[in-house]
Amino acid sequence: MGERVGIEVSLAAAEAVKMANVDVVAAYPITPQTHIVEHLSELVADGELDAEFIPVESEHSAMSVCCGSSAVGARTFTCTSSQGLALMNEIVFIAPAMRLPIVMILANRSLSGPLSIWNDHTDVMSVRDCGWIQFFTENGQEAFDHVMFSFRVAEDPAVSLPIMMNMDGFVLTHVIEPIEFWDQETVKQYLPDFEPVNRLHPDNPVTMGAFGLLGIFTEAKMAQDQALLNSKAVILEAWKDMGDLVGRYYKPVETYHVEGAETVFLSMGSVGETVSLAVDQLRAQGKPVGQVKLRLWRPFPFEEFREAVRGVKQMIVIDRAITYGGVGGPVASEIRSFLYLEENMPTITNFLCGLAGRDVTVEDYMAMFEKTEQMVKGKVRQEDYIIYGVRE
Amino acid sequence: MERFNVYASRLITKKEYFSPGHRACQGCAEALAVRLVAKALGQNVIVSSATGCMEIVSSPLPFTNWRVPWIHVAFENTSAVASGVEGGTKALIRKGKLPDKGTVFLGMGGDGATTDIGLQSLSGAFERGHNFLYVCYDNEAYMNTGIQRSSSTPFGAATTTSPAGKLKPGQVTWKKNMGEIAVAHNIPYVATACSSYPFDLIEKVKKAARIHGPAYIHILSVCPTGWRVPPNKAIWIGRLAVETGVFPLYEVENGKYRITVDVPELKPVLDYLKPQGRFRHLTPELVDQIQERVTREYNQLKAKATL
Repeated sequence: MGERVGIEVSLAAAEAVKMANVDVVAAYPITPQTHIVEHLSELVADGELDAEFIPVESEHSAMSVCCGSSAVGARTFTCTSSQGLALMNEIVFIAPAMRLPIVMILANRSLSGPLSIWNDHTDVMSVRDCGWIQFFTENGQEAFDHVMFSFRVAEDPAVSLPIMMNMDGFVLTHVIEPIEFWDQETVKQYLPDFEPVNRLHPDNPVTMGAFGLLGIFTEAKMAQDQALLNSKAVILEAWKDMGDLVGRYYKPVETYHVEGAETVFLSMGSVGETVSLAVDQLRAQGKPVGQVKLRLWRPFPFEEFREAVRGVKQMIVIDRAITYGGVGGPVASEIRSFLYLEENMPTITNFLCGLAGRDVTVEDYMAMFEKTEQMVKGKVRQEDYIIYGVRE
Repeated sequence: MERFNVYASRLITKKEYFSPGHRACQGCAEALAVRLVAKALGQNVIVSSATGCMEIVSSPLPFTNWRVPWIHVAFENTSAVASGVEGGTKALIRKGKLPDKGTVFLGMGGDGATTDIGLQSLSGAFERGHNFLYVCYDNEAYMNTGIQRSSSTPFGAATTTSPAGKLKPGQVTWKKNMGEIAVAHNIPYVATACSSYPFDLIEKVKKAARIHGPAYIHILSVCPTGWRVPPNKAIWIGRLAVETGVFPLYEVENGKYRITVDVPELKPVLDYLKPQGRFRHLTPELVDQIQERVTREYNQLKAKATL
């Protein structure tokens, strides 16, 4: 096992990319992704990482370069945030349709406008339907571990899809945490070399990115959907193998004090640890409260989620993005529709909070619990969603 | 010289890498240019193509006209895709994962994909110095979407978005000089070509492929559908573009200009404009304006070539 070091999470993630022996890094600077890319360029400049570092002129080109390099069979990494993701949006949707196993870290930041560099999930939720494998990390150790996990899952011949690792901007990217590194031998055991299903090479000419007329388009999309759903088996295996190697077992849905819980919080990403503290305090007050953390977002972990919330009467869904003029935050509206056909469907309240880095404290989550209790008892009108913490 | 042409044609490979059976219009000089470029480059190439006519006519799933490796991702990003293809291959060779076969990396797109929406990614790839050849097939408008004007549409041409009306004489701006924009990037090789001059075109493509670093070739590709000329006149119109000085054939090697098809005495531009339906509305005054500009620019080019 590797050593435990105090390091900024961005640098640790970059070190993990180096340990994965990536072939091509293409990126364009955007806060708060910068430290990851800066560190990778340093590693290349010092000869510690043998890779092509391609400093492109836009994120649109970053994702396009990644498509090209992945298509020739090079292990490919990029990293962006917010506006960068919005600019590369067109190509983000094309990469999974072409089955190109690109690994991207998304240092989550709010989408403009107004312009803000701080953290929420408005960027990732704008590409909810892009066809990538998408998951959230909660702390620095998870981020480090999941770089290796991402390459392994994306490049598995049974998957061959791009993967997006969400990592909250600043609250995760810019903090120093104790992180247990893997040694290179463990990486070698866990992560095989990239052997692409198809490779652009003159010895075996293939056509990639042909256009689909109506006679074939639906079938192609169905196959793509199936590929994403099927990736779950590989994801579960990759998590199990990681646990066996480094002792940390990850699951698509994590639970905290759900035993006997009548109310559960649902969180994604780095707010999870704060929510856990609120759960501790509520439990200390004798309230039957628990927490469900959704780590895997796409493909959606249907069975695991259903299992995690079985018997729960109330759910408090924390959303960190707005669906303007819609029926609630993107997570809550999806959970509502998923659970609609369940027997004993829980009552769901939805709080939109922590937008653009606004701090959400333990007390705030306790207040959300209080408000939920009132709404359920009929003291306050049940609302589809509440934008929490708006200054009066 | 006549005999040389008979001989030279026999030196060109009979192999087709852009195969017959594609869905381009009759008389498409752009498809001819693609075929000639593919012949010049041979088997050892990886092609990155922009969205556009040549992509659509050659790759309807599950068919392909490409007998060499070919990738299409989107419209404006061909140069970035080619950068990734080149960079990825380079990394794999350096790390011993692939043998070095001296593969040529080709990026290709139409005038819209090159001079408008893809100019940024092309400029970026030039600046970064990728070892690739970019070929622009210029048919002077967005033909794939139905003949809309681009920045490469010549002054006075009627298109569906620069129609000749009571107030406006078709396109009111002058054609963007993409060759000079490429030269301004200080890349080692820039050339113009036309599929009406196949040997000149093939020589330039072969030379560009040999050169290390970015190379750019701008190929005038007559579009009978969009230019409103009969399909059997496409080659003739391309020759007139060169003989009138509207589209001079030259190359710039490490900054040194050379006119490759010299035209000692230019024909009047009217010879070129008259047969084309897209110019049918032009008044004598507008033709004079075009003549004045063409003559001036041709003389400027000649001056650079004799430096």
